Amino acid sequence: MEPQLSWYLALSAVLFTIGMAGVIIKRNVIAMFMCIELMLNAVNLTFVAFASFFQDVTGQLFVFIVMTVAAAEAAVGLGIIITIFRNRESLDVDEASILKL
Amino acid sequence: MLVLLFILFGAMAIGCALGVVAQRNPLYSAISLIGVFVSLACLYVMLAAPFIAAVQVIVYAGAIMVLVVFVIMLLNVEEEERRRPRLRFLVPAAIALAGVLIAEVAFILVSVQQVPVAAGSSVSDVGLTQSIGAALFTKYLLPFEITSILLLMAIVGAMTLARRGGLIRSREQTTRG
Repeated sequence: MEPQLSWYLALSAVLFTIGMAGVIIKRNVIAMFMCIELMLNAVNLTFVAFASFFQDVTGQLFVFIVMTVAAAEAAVGLGIIITIFRNRESLDVDEASILKL
Repeated sequence: MLVLLFILFGAMAIGCALGVVAQRNPLYSAISLIGVFVSLACLYVMLAAPFIAAVQVIVYAGAIMVLVVFVIMLLNVEEEERRRPRLRFLVPAAIALAGVLIAEVAFILVSVQQVPVAAGSSVSDVGLTQSIGAALFTKYLLPFEITSILLLMAIVGAMTLARRGGLIRSREQTTRG
């Protein structure tokens, strides 16, 4: 018996749900950022599973592009986090509720 | 054998993901997240995608997490303090709704049709670096170029944000001077 497609989809759904719960629960900006990365990875697992089971390379290409977007997001997001910390001396999202810097 | 490996790496991924959410120290969360990335890379190898697995380890577990850990160290983040739980009456409602959701997902998993083609059953070139590169530079050239523009924008944006003094203050300085 081999692992079925639905197993991978279930694992991906579990990871995505854990990541989304983390985004909702966490108060720290960096922890929320890491939970978003977790959600991106869950979607990547779906892409690779479909690409493997349908024998199509397109899914893996889009995983590649998602990784690029995640790298860009990491660079810009961590820059924003550093700016928030400089202005507020805190990483708590509740204290950054005003858009004014 | 593959089933055992799937259970091993899947359990590792879920456990590390729970660790990401449960840890109060962001550094421990980051290390748990590296565990998730590595176990997902192992799953990609099982799915006959060695290139994606290598890129996962190099880009995610290498570059991005080094950046995150660097920022955690730079900002000297303290642990989250425990907060007084608000909305206490919502906890049983949330548990009940989660139970309903799990039941629905289990029903779908049982009733979904099995895909006839299994992973790794037939030898193909899907997932090899050569086929990915060929598709990337022929059929999907436009997304590739758009990605490069996105990276350029990210470079400019990150430099603008992280510049000494920040965006607002440097503008004030220029107007003053």
